[in-house]
Amino acid sequence: MLEAIEKIPIQLKVNGKAYSLKVEPRILLVELLREHLDLTGTHVGCDTTYCGACTVLLNGAAVKSCTMFAVQADGAEVTTVEGLEKEGTLHPIQKAFGDCYGLQCGYCTPGFMLSAAQLLEKNKKPSEQEIRKAIAGNTCRCTGYQNIFKAIQQAAENMKGA
Amino acid sequence: MYPRAFSYHRAASLKEAANMLSQLSDDAKLLAGGQSLIPLMKLRFANPPHLVDLNFIPETSYITEDGGQLRFGALTRHADIESSAIAAKIPILHDCAAGIADVQVRNRGTIGGSLAEADPSGDWAAVLMTLSTEVRCLGVYGERTIQLSDFIRDAYTTALAHDELLSEVRVRTPPKGSGGAYLAFKRSAPVYPTASAAVQLTMEGDLCKDASIALGCVALTAIRATEAEAALRGQPINDKTVNAAMEAARSVAEPQSDMRGSVDYKRTLVGALVKRAIGYAVRRAGGEQVEVSHIYA
Repeated sequence: MLEAIEKIPIQLKVNGKAYSLKVEPRILLVELLREHLDLTGTHVGCDTTYCGACTVLLNGAAVKSCTMFAVQADGAEVTTVEGLEKEGTLHPIQKAFGDCYGLQCGYCTPGFMLSAAQLLEKNKKPSEQEIRKAIAGNTCRCTGYQNIFKAIQQAAENMKGA
Repeated sequence: MYPRAFSYHRAASLKEAANMLSQLSDDAKLLAGGQSLIPLMKLRFANPPHLVDLNFIPETSYITEDGGQLRFGALTRHADIESSAIAAKIPILHDCAAGIADVQVRNRGTIGGSLAEADPSGDWAAVLMTLSTEVRCLGVYGERTIQLSDFIRDAYTTALAHDELLSEVRVRTPPKGSGGAYLAFKRSAPVYPTASAAVQLTMEGDLCKDASIALGCVALTAIRATEAEAALRGQPINDKTVNAAMEAARSVAEPQSDMRGSVDYKRTLVGALVKRAIGYAVRRAGGEQVEVSHIYA
């Protein structure tokens, strides 16, 4: 018979808000975000570390939140798509995805936007090749990607001087 | 998908992690980057009752240069190696780090985890086999150093005892006049390669003084293509010798037919990758800066 599994206390910041929680070790970061914190903007696509729909930023680095346990985010700062918008104003990346029709069904979009956020944080003027490399871990089955490239280029333009 | 329930242990030092492994016996697995282990646990191919998390141990992620050797802490992420000026001194290391899976996986996955997992399709083993590489292993009773060729024993099997862990990877800087390249052929970024080839050549004028060639994904472990090396060693690099090396690489490959391709397809592919990688290696040995990236189908 299985013994009761001990829950682990963790502290983390999600979109700037501090949380102190006790979690079962097997809870994935994406489940913590969606089921425990009600941040349902982070999506689960393939659930097998392929599609990148669950991408969030962990201390600024894009990670697949379906491939991390929540206990591993102890002490970390997590940014989800909900954290991109500031005081009711869309982030330049969000605006550019809308303006350039960088989405159709929208399921993969939050993941793409967070991969783009990591890219644009480090590289203010990425080439198309660099954009392709940065979003190679995100799968979109609607757009054919062309408008996603355009959106990220547009976002880089919009973020100039920001 | 939920993995089966497990108990979570956070080690504060590598020594403590080894002690935990010793106490928990065969039931425990180490959690490094988790980019292979967590998917396996979610699919319930792996069901460890205990996980020992190494991610909170300080000073396990570093890249240093010391006496002609590069040293990588076991928990050094692929992304850190990709952006490291020290690692870039051995271009084949950068080829590998910059091409593994995708940005997200490179941000989490570790060089130590990749070697200790010993997946036949992993990237690091093939690359590091072409260089003089040793791994430091830490157990309850102390540390030992093992050549990489002795460390990897079989598919998913290493020389590590159940209460031992990989603490550091040490790579000797190749001599002057040496150049290398690593090419992996993938259907898309996040997947394992269909086949891969790592080539490191030391040139003296037009002659190839020394050659090391390793192949990935085409046997139960990454393998050295020693006949292919012999076809180049002491020879000028020309169509005849390169074709001989390519043929030898094809012969030594023992791929399995799967969704990534048939046996014949993979043999042909790995030969072509060797040929291309030789071309890049020669140019780099001559001091040329060449950008090499993985090939997507």
